[in-house]
Amino acid sequence: MQEFVEFTLGGVSDGVIYAAIGLSLVLIWRATRVLNYAQGGLAMFTSYIALMVINATGNYWLGFVVALAAGLVIGGVVERVVIRPAAGKPHLNTVIVTIGLLILVEGLAGIIYGSKNRSFPTPYSIVGAKIGSFDLGEGASPSAIFTAVAVLAAAGLLAVLFRYTPVGLRMRASAFSGTVAQLMGVRVGRITTLGWALAGLIGALAGMLVTPQTFLYPNSMDSIFVLGFTAAVIGGLDSPGGAIVGGLILGVLLNYVTGYVGSNLPELAGLALLILVLMFRPSGLFASTATRQV
Amino acid sequence: MPASSLAVTDVVAGYNSTPVLNGVSITARPATITAVLGANGAGKTTLLRTISGFVRTRGGQVRLDDVSLTRLAPDHIARAGVAHVPEGQGVITELTVEENLKLGLLLRRRADRAAALEDAYRKFSILADRRRRHAATLSGGERQMLVIARALLSAPRVLLLDEPSLGLAPKVVAQVMDLVRQLRDESGLTVLLVEQNARSALSIADQGVVLNLGKVVATAAAGELAADVALRRHYLGF
Repeated sequence: MQEFVEFTLGGVSDGVIYAAIGLSLVLIWRATRVLNYAQGGLAMFTSYIALMVINATGNYWLGFVVALAAGLVIGGVVERVVIRPAAGKPHLNTVIVTIGLLILVEGLAGIIYGSKNRSFPTPYSIVGAKIGSFDLGEGASPSAIFTAVAVLAAAGLLAVLFRYTPVGLRMRASAFSGTVAQLMGVRVGRITTLGWALAGLIGALAGMLVTPQTFLYPNSMDSIFVLGFTAAVIGGLDSPGGAIVGGLILGVLLNYVTGYVGSNLPELAGLALLILVLMFRPSGLFASTATRQV
Repeated sequence: MPASSLAVTDVVAGYNSTPVLNGVSITARPATITAVLGANGAGKTTLLRTISGFVRTRGGQVRLDDVSLTRLAPDHIARAGVAHVPEGQGVITELTVEENLKLGLLLRRRADRAAALEDAYRKFSILADRRRRHAATLSGGERQMLVIARALLSAPRVLLLDEPSLGLAPKVVAQVMDLVRQLRDESGLTVLLVEQNARSALSIADQGVVLNLGKVVATAAAGELAADVALRRHYLGF
């Protein structure tokens, strides 16, 4: 029983991180129908920026805020400088552009910061909580709880933004029909930039939350990106809520597989889950559209 | 708001290197309905898309009263007071009826939005009953009402309507035409109405313009066009 609780809580803790990456991918997909392969790389880069600030000031929270701000700015700049020129051209162009951006960002990080693994601080303890002699594991540590709260709060704020504010309505209208949005006076270009900026912020948040577990190096977010992408596809690339649920399902599943079957199998299990979802629910579990261009 | 006039003067526009409009001139006078008629491929839809900025002009001018709209972006033109209801309706099916309507309100002052929305629900009671539903669940006629209501919520000075009767049952077409007539008579709106159904359009219009292969071949009072048997048979098919 203790193992089950430990694996479940650990899965939830990992899952919210996959969810955060998935959420950032969903934000961009909804706004521009682009899958940003560089999302993980950008999160890695903002984590480096945070680490520099933390090392220089000794203040974790200053680094945290700077990372989120950097994610916001970098996301917006990437849209304006890299993505917009490829808009309206064949879909493959954008795919290649984002892959090229990933290579560029990882290369830059290697040049600027070197390729060695760097440890990354956590704001709270990673020691798991106990109820009497019942050990809940690292999934119930203060750090894990902070991770879950941070991601769920971000998702909640985004949900409120989308559902209840004029900006959110502009973003949704631009995503579903840029032409109609323009007819209603919406500056679709600005809204698209905002979508990428917010995605950059969420990606930076994911980077800050996951990096303490993985060390920081130029490729440190690659595998996390794949799992975040899987979470987004499971939930349906159109659905922010779906990305959260997809991330949680994936996190818990991978922890069960690691704990009960073998530590070398979780990636395989993740891919198996992805294939199953694509076979039986190709639009994902929560997608609003029935078809997707592959 | 005083009624506005829309003047299209010697406009040349098209897609890629192919001009679709070749020196088109049309003036929609304040608080009137101008029907733009012609066969498929005449350039009617391109004309509206050019006015609303989706097709770039290569020559000529588009003016709303004293303001030039030529080469402005579509969102600028919308903010200047031109509401375009595109062919195929332009409902965002993923949003609810109310969310679609709220898009129209984005151009209004925040303080006016709630009252304007309630006013729209009074005028379009069918939409009030369906406000929480997704727009995808609406019938063709209801969708047409929705896009017209949404356009009106932006408080436009000129309304561009592209084939509002497309795919609708005759009874619903009559309702839509009645609505357009009311907009002119009660709200003083200037309407540019593109229609394949020339008979319906001329029945409510003040003036008609006939396009053929991107050129204006006739401009006259709607009654005169309807009475011109040769022109009707040659260009309008009735």
